[in-house]
Amino acid sequence: MKRKQLKFAIGSVLIVLTLSYLAYSGYQESKTYYHTVPELYSLKEKAYDLRLQVSGDVIPGSIQRDGKVVSFVIGAEPQTLRVKYVGKDPLPDTLIDRATAMATGKMGRDGVFVADTMLAKCASKYEKETAAGVQISKKSN
Amino acid sequence: MAAQIGQFALALAWVVTAYSVLASILGIRYKHDKLIASGRNAALGATACITTAIVCLGYLFAVSDFSIKYIAAHSNRDLPIYFKISSIWGGQEGSLLFWGWLLTIYTALVVIQNWRKHSSMMPYVTAVLMTTSLFFTSMHLFAVNPFNQTVILQSQISPIPFVPRDGSGLNPLLQDAYMVIHPPMLYLGFVGFAVPFAFAMAAMITRQLGDTWIRTTRRWTMVAWMFLSIGILLGGKWAYHELGWGGFWAWDPVENASLMPWLIGTAFLHSVMVQEKKGMLKIWNMVLVIMTYIMSIFGTFLTRSGVVNSVHAFAQSSIGGYFAAFLVVALSGALYLVFDRLPLLKSENQMESMVSRESSFMFNNLILLAACFAVFWGTMFPVISEAVTGRKITVSAPFFNKVNVPIAIFLMFLTGVGPLLAWRKASTDSLKRNFLTPAIAALAAGAVLYIRGVHHLYAWMALVMSIFVAITIVREFYKGAKARTVGTGERLIEAVVNLTFRNTRRYGGYIVHFGFVLLFIGWSGQAFTTDNQADMGVGDTMNIREYTLRMDKLSTGDDPNYSAEKAVISLFENGTKVANLLPERRVYKAGAEPQPMSVVAIYDTPHNFYRSDVYVVFAGATPDGKKAIIQAFYNPLTAWVWIGGTVLVIGTLIALLPNKRTVVRRRPEPEPKPKPAAVDTKA
Repeated sequence: MKRKQLKFAIGSVLIVLTLSYLAYSGYQESKTYYHTVPELYSLKEKAYDLRLQVSGDVIPGSIQRDGKVVSFVIGAEPQTLRVKYVGKDPLPDTLIDRATAMATGKMGRDGVFVADTMLAKCASKYEKETAAGVQISKKSN
Repeated sequence: MAAQIGQFALALAWVVTAYSVLASILGIRYKHDKLIASGRNAALGATACITTAIVCLGYLFAVSDFSIKYIAAHSNRDLPIYFKISSIWGGQEGSLLFWGWLLTIYTALVVIQNWRKHSSMMPYVTAVLMTTSLFFTSMHLFAVNPFNQTVILQSQISPIPFVPRDGSGLNPLLQDAYMVIHPPMLYLGFVGFAVPFAFAMAAMITRQLGDTWIRTTRRWTMVAWMFLSIGILLGGKWAYHELGWGGFWAWDPVENASLMPWLIGTAFLHSVMVQEKKGMLKIWNMVLVIMTYIMSIFGTFLTRSGVVNSVHAFAQSSIGGYFAAFLVVALSGALYLVFDRLPLLKSENQMESMVSRESSFMFNNLILLAACFAVFWGTMFPVISEAVTGRKITVSAPFFNKVNVPIAIFLMFLTGVGPLLAWRKASTDSLKRNFLTPAIAALAAGAVLYIRGVHHLYAWMALVMSIFVAITIVREFYKGAKARTVGTGERLIEAVVNLTFRNTRRYGGYIVHFGFVLLFIGWSGQAFTTDNQADMGVGDTMNIREYTLRMDKLSTGDDPNYSAEKAVISLFENGTKVANLLPERRVYKAGAEPQPMSVVAIYDTPHNFYRSDVYVVFAGATPDGKKAIIQAFYNPLTAWVWIGGTVLVIGTLIALLPNKRTVVRRRPEPEPKPKPAAVDTKA
């Protein structure tokens, strides 16, 4: 009996090891550091080497289309970031003025963030609540 | 008025639910039958109260009462009535109320159905279900009350709170037929897993750890599993035709939240057979039931608390703490019970061979759990890494795919092999008899696929494995039916039908597996998608594979709810016109920020085995406003995902049916009242 249990143990360990290896390599390939715009600037030199996800609110009127490439500015004055979206998938519909955008990609030396993946949450349609449950309205009026 | 009634019903529900828990527990403690019965009636009363609350909420939506904050935030006057009603579960407060409501409905069904049959367990079952319900009712009442009044703080003009003239509208992404039914299905699945959990707890508390609780909960687990599967598939379908990025699964945290309980629930449905047949894996099954329930609650928590960034994580809200506390209490309580009852959960047999039904179930469980663990880890990684290193690190699709694609392929292999292996130990002879032909046929098909250009390794493996499993399943039906025709003289088709309905569990299970095969084939088509994009004015054309798109008309339209830019595109297949595609780009008017949204046009090639989709998105107008930016995707095999999903559901329904005209043979039960005619037809 003991020998058979050993066999099961070896089989299971092999499976777990293989999967762990795959998980690790997948992690290396896709790990992304998440930052807000001010945090990104505080990274200084390190910002250029890592794959980053940056989040910030889209500044009204900054969205520009140029063929397939869309660019816009996120953050809050004075610390803003120009993002250039070059991804394959269509830009999310929720990416509009004042939406919270999450751009994933790399920081370019020219100060423009090149994103290949975009997520956006529309500020007015999603609830933003504080811990006390009081609604903070983002409406402009 | 309706708001006050709803509010009152919620408060009453809280009192009644708390009473039900107390009365049930004290009743058993002091062996007071009337108290126990009163606890049960209180559970039914709680159902009535929450039902009243949900009806009130629905009514408030129907009459557009914007003095209620929840209504004002999720509806507007011009919203069609069916979306008004579905707005009940369109936001935080309402969807939690909906969760709680389904739980009380399930509780009522369980109580009515099982009260006499399992009288010694039922007070505990009631207590456990009502404790969960108490948690939700507390949240409705104290944290996310859907009946709160609208208060607009920044109304500088008037210090008195006023009622807005119109609501800010339902998120346009949720204004979709699939979104009307997807959340109820998903929640029916999530909530349904509370029932097996309650029975498991009751079985441990009463030390009645025989087959009873497992047999009673098997159907419940399957029902919950089926609803969860439907919910997940509808969510994928919704994402596919609504989000406009060309795919149906993106490893978004919310999708993962629904996948995790599904994975563990699937593991449980399989390993429970080992316990029924061999009396093994009892502790393991207990842990799986607990984990399925915990994952359902955790999934709701993940969706609702905003701990991780997601396309539809709704709020940074106050409910995270409530959920975390409840999860800790439920998990530690349940695990304590398991630990305390360990001696009663002893295995009656041992694994005997690597090549046996038992071992295939064991590996099935191992990798399903590994998949769940990987999904959990990937989803929670931002939170974990921030807690440990102080830096938030996210992982994306490559991580999930790297782990889960090989797991899925291995799982497919087990799907083909497992059901045909003998219990205890499969002989080399039987292996040859069962697997040689399917293996050779599948490999031959694989060679053809390779020559036809399928060079993507994982996709090739997935397809070959699918063919292998499909052949084994078809052979099982054929062999069984053939044997029947000899005995009964029925025709083959007739024999297949009779066979299935006489052993619904086995053959229903095969049909579920077959659905899974089709789903798998559809999923492997993802490896072969292509896309193209062009600015198209009237008369312009664009090619994608053997299809040509020609822009025929560009126009604008207006609807009370939204305005739209519309395109009429002719689709040609190898030069012959096959369809008119009508993609739109809508801008929804309600709310402070107009919300644009694409309406995708999908052409599913019905006559073609590959069932490829031509998927066309109106991405926007060019800056000069003269042309439309059109994106087109060619998605092979995608329709098989939905077909497979449908087959999977049909299979589950068949497996839920009682066997037709078979003698009910049951082993004598340790349970005191074995009713001989207790064929649980309703379960």
